[in-house]
Amino acid sequence: MARIRLIQAIHDAVVEEMARDPKVIVYGEDVELSIVGDLRGVHEQFGHDRIRNTPICETTLTGMAVGLASAGYHVVVQMMFSNFIYTGMDAIGNQMSKLRLMTGGQMELPITIIATVGGGSANAAQHSDTSYPVLMNLGGLNVAVPATPADAKGLTKMAIRSKNPCFILEPNGRGGELGEVPDGEHLVPFGKAAVRREGDAATVVAIGRMLKPALAAAETLEHEGLSVEVIDPRTLVPFDEDCVLDSVKKTGHLVVVDEARECCSAASQIAAVVAEKGFDLLKGPIRRVTTPNVAIPYAPNAEAHVIPGEPRIVAAVRQLLGRTEKVLA
Amino acid sequence: MTTGQLGETPTASHQNKAPSPREALELYESMVLIRRVEERLRDDSAAGKLPGAVHLYIGEEAVAAGVCAHLDARDYATSTHRGHGHFLAKGGDVRAMMAEIWAKREGICRGMGGSMHVADISKGILGANGIVGAGMSIATGAAFGAKLDGDGKVSVCFFGDGASNQGALMECLNISTLWQLPVIFVCENNGFSEFTPASEVTAGRISDRARAFAMPTAEVDGNDVTDVWRAGGEAVRRAREGGGPSFIEARTYRIQGHFEAEAFVLGAGRYRDEEEIEAWRRNDPIARFRAQLTAAGTASAADLDRIESEVLERVHDAVAYAEAGQPADPELAQTLMFAPEEA
Repeated sequence: MARIRLIQAIHDAVVEEMARDPKVIVYGEDVELSIVGDLRGVHEQFGHDRIRNTPICETTLTGMAVGLASAGYHVVVQMMFSNFIYTGMDAIGNQMSKLRLMTGGQMELPITIIATVGGGSANAAQHSDTSYPVLMNLGGLNVAVPATPADAKGLTKMAIRSKNPCFILEPNGRGGELGEVPDGEHLVPFGKAAVRREGDAATVVAIGRMLKPALAAAETLEHEGLSVEVIDPRTLVPFDEDCVLDSVKKTGHLVVVDEARECCSAASQIAAVVAEKGFDLLKGPIRRVTTPNVAIPYAPNAEAHVIPGEPRIVAAVRQLLGRTEKVLA
Repeated sequence: MTTGQLGETPTASHQNKAPSPREALELYESMVLIRRVEERLRDDSAAGKLPGAVHLYIGEEAVAAGVCAHLDARDYATSTHRGHGHFLAKGGDVRAMMAEIWAKREGICRGMGGSMHVADISKGILGANGIVGAGMSIATGAAFGAKLDGDGKVSVCFFGDGASNQGALMECLNISTLWQLPVIFVCENNGFSEFTPASEVTAGRISDRARAFAMPTAEVDGNDVTDVWRAGGEAVRRAREGGGPSFIEARTYRIQGHFEAEAFVLGAGRYRDEEEIEAWRRNDPIARFRAQLTAAGTASAADLDRIESEVLERVHDAVAYAEAGQPADPELAQTLMFAPEEA
């Protein structure tokens, strides 16, 4: 076990896969200096044919990934902030998410797109979105939301080996956080959630950057005698429904914490799945703790006001369990 | 006629060359195949036999035929919503294409794509595309792969004058010039962005957009297959030899509407005169080439008639194959979205 930073984990995953497969090609804006930090030194190690800076032209960067993948390469595109995905949306929404089906299965699209999601850094609304709901809705894209260095490494390696388009959405502002990463080959399969803390009073599903405040909330609630189970889905597409349903079977209560805006959030999808498939397991309503349907404001106090944090998670669990007690009484 | 800062000097192997007799007959056959297929689709669309819309290439055949004559199956091509001609000229199977348009299991895309999305990846046909301009970056990416492979493959992007107004063109001209990618941008200027004349929506000369990047640029008569063939040969040779991207603007005309059955959506609306269409019918690329071939003694009328009847037989056969095919498998919509994960 080595204790490394999250961006270092992504770096190690990319470097290991580039060394393993000469067909892995990396490009993006400023990837040679690696302003994000997750690709630092890769250009010096592998050279211009394997990793290179591009012009600022997201429409073409995502489209080129489709063409380069069609030519037999595995493409890794570093897109910095996930808001920039919107600029590159045609190739994502109309091409890479659809062409495998549209060509009758002929076209393989081994494309990995790496970007940060979420706010919390006073970057204002155009650099702070949590953009996975739109990606989840497209149908043909894998969406990974690693919350720890170990998962960042294992999911990134998995994405680069996949023949499908995969988004690795790094938690914004958490790239410097340290965590244990297993030595040697470390792969994390898609569609396998992780139970980060066991409990039996309520299930809290916390996505990506929300894992940290959810674990803090569980700690607070433990002091109140409430034992909360915290689940990290790790990938939103595919989604580990069984893990969440098994937990709700035990706890009877579900809170989903998602930094995305409430409307059509991942939390909404998870709540719908549990309502449809686990209604009889529930002892009370499902609660979503999300960002309201607003643009993320710049001012740090205003930003903290809209993005879910520990107090709102604690309040949601308390409210849920309090209501249940009333119902039972 | 090649112009532009890098393309002024006629050094090309194809510059003053004409296709050999064998090549000329192949060009003729390629154009006639496209024409007969499109005429059949026109008629079957009008008869209500096709499940979806078709966008036909009648009048523009010389562009696909003249450029694709220089390509192998290992080369890449991206196409447009008006893509049957590119598919066939690049070597796509006419039976598999017709079965696709008829939404059959035997279709080249198993009935999941249809007319606007015919593709044969095994032959480098990266697909017709329903998004105007989307092929530009796909072709540029494939050219990047070809450059990395370093084995002389090239990538051709067919697009229209309408697509030339997408910002992606500027992006792709820029990056392909910077990286000296083996890509050939072929603008089929057929005069219309869907239902709007180019004069209303396109400023300046389209080819000047490539000249701004000092890209070798040619403007050709898109209804003269020899002219297209020469410019295509020069551009493909340049790309294969590591000389980077080229741009060809082929002036042609869309004889059919934007899509068949457009009369139903247009109502009383009109966007062009019948006289204009008639004038371009008299400039038919196939009739012109036929006259050239017979006048030059390259082929007799009987030779060309034989090609015509053989092609017509192939089209009949392809439609019969399509009509006899099995309905598409609806389960594929679930199973084809993702490749199995292996790792």
